[in-house]
Amino acid sequence: MNKVFHVMYDDDDTLKTAASALVAKGIRVKEVYSPFPVHGIDPIIGVKRTRLGIAAFMYAMTGTTLALLGMWYFMISDWPMNIGGKPSFSLIENLPAFIPVTFEFSVLCGAHGMAITYLLRNGTLPGMPASNPDPRTTDDKFVMEITTEQNGLSADELEAAIKETELFELSTKDYK
Amino acid sequence: MQREAAIREPLILGDKSYKDITDDVVGPIQGSAPIGWKIMITISSIIAVYGVGCILYLLGTGIGVWGLNKTVGWAWDITNFVWWVGIGHAGTLISAVLLLFRQKWRMAINRSAEAMTIFAVIMAAIFPGIHMGRIWVSYWVLPLPNQFGSLWVNFNSPLLWDVFAISTYFSVSLVFWYIGLIPDFATIRDRMTKPFAKKAYGLLSFGWSGRAKHWNRFEEVSLVLAGIATPLVFSVHSIVSMDFATSVIPGWHTTIFPPYFVSGAVFSGFAMVQTLLLIMRKGMKLESYIHVKHVEYMNIVIIVTGSIVGVAYLTELFISWYSGVEYESYAFINRFSGPYSWAYWIMMTCNVISPQLFWFKKIRRSLVATFALSIVVNIGMWFERYVIIVTSIHRDYDPSSWGEFHPTNIDIGVFVGTLGIFFTLFLGFARFFPVLALNELKTILKSSGENYKKAQDNH
Repeated sequence: MNKVFHVMYDDDDTLKTAASALVAKGIRVKEVYSPFPVHGIDPIIGVKRTRLGIAAFMYAMTGTTLALLGMWYFMISDWPMNIGGKPSFSLIENLPAFIPVTFEFSVLCGAHGMAITYLLRNGTLPGMPASNPDPRTTDDKFVMEITTEQNGLSADELEAAIKETELFELSTKDYK
Repeated sequence: MQREAAIREPLILGDKSYKDITDDVVGPIQGSAPIGWKIMITISSIIAVYGVGCILYLLGTGIGVWGLNKTVGWAWDITNFVWWVGIGHAGTLISAVLLLFRQKWRMAINRSAEAMTIFAVIMAAIFPGIHMGRIWVSYWVLPLPNQFGSLWVNFNSPLLWDVFAISTYFSVSLVFWYIGLIPDFATIRDRMTKPFAKKAYGLLSFGWSGRAKHWNRFEEVSLVLAGIATPLVFSVHSIVSMDFATSVIPGWHTTIFPPYFVSGAVFSGFAMVQTLLLIMRKGMKLESYIHVKHVEYMNIVIIVTGSIVGVAYLTELFISWYSGVEYESYAFINRFSGPYSWAYWIMMTCNVISPQLFWFKKIRRSLVATFALSIVVNIGMWFERYVIIVTSIHRDYDPSSWGEFHPTNIDIGVFVGTLGIFFTLFLGFARFFPVLALNELKTILKSSGENYKKAQDNH
């Protein structure tokens, strides 16, 4: 029988101290639920920096390419028109007039691509159920989730280590 | 933990804890609506309905119901469009530019300023839409394959750039705003007891649970969106100004327009933020979060951008003479001494002189004076657009076609109607949405909260 511990703290600094102490003992913290981004918790519990920024850049570059390709097709290739004598027969000569739309479209694709990726990767989508272990974690409490499965220790050993920290509340659940 | 110099004024007053922040913001949503709110939303929705009526009449009859004529083809419609877009800019400036500059004071005001942005851009988008007359063919502005002989939209035209700029600006602002709202909706969801409200906020919160990895991504997304929204906000009003600047109309054909319009937009936007927030903080008892220091910071932005606008007015006046182009000179002489000189002098007084009063610390930190001046600036900035648009075209190159513009009741009705729609939306936001960015405010409590700062001093 595996056990999961939900250790609640009432302060973000206490949480960080506790997490460092537990990690120093070789205990793996599975998850931390907090009402706001706790700065400095990520390296302690081993959360790596997200690569969403790179994704956003790639989406934006896709937008740039699509915009230029589109304008080349509409304005140069498919139906070139003489508009006020502007150079409309070569992309490179007409490029200054195309910069605003290229920029806007890059931003559009970058921002929306990133936002959609963010929501999908998080699994935060309309209609998804909340999975925080306690409703207070979106208010003023911080919960650390530790499982026996991830740690080579018995439930009693883990509980003893957890109880050494300045916790606020502890709840335990069995699961298969 | 990040520490802040003791000499800095605290941003969160009183003895607040994380829980108090939640209570102060979610409390009003859980309680019943105050009477003042009911009165205000009734008035604004009546005005909104009247505005919608005017718009429907306009669409059914044609834009001839406006006071436009052969000479003045753009007047209140485009004035209102530019005015509303400009107001929107403050929200993005607060949420994006100030985020990049790590200004903590923005956290108390960014949520409502962004809401203002979104509603203002919706109001702005109404105007070019109905100005087309046949709004049902408004999809023609998009480069869609068609049967009109493969006719494409003209990508050389600033009017088309505007289509892309405004739609990008609106949708990116909306996404930016909503991503920040998700965790706060989760906070409300977890506090609601009534089943319907719990369900509704559960749906809005997308199942947010506040995991460490999610917060990690959240901060990255906020930062990157701020990074790309910053050039976006500058580009949008630059492009709006190019609607005028790339034309050959004296008074419009000016290279100063993009920076001048952008600072004017920020200027008017901050004035609108002041107008809205000074009422909201009182009505919703948020005095601990939005206080004199926040107002002072915003007033400083108003002095800076207002002075840029003032310098721009004088520069274009000087250049019109210095250019030696008689049409250009005449356009400006006509502005300050012609039939619309009253509008020009209202603009000068409201936009150039009034913000200079904020150099006095007493006025800058006075809520009453700020509120009064914010209204003055809003009026002044509306007249700025009116002056630029109408005075430049009412006397064109050919004196036989000179004319004047007189607004009709429908002109007035549509404009006042958009004010009604805007305030209805904003009041709805204030009632049902978390008006402060809870998750962001909690991150600055320990560094900028009054009680924490005092405890730090006693060490």
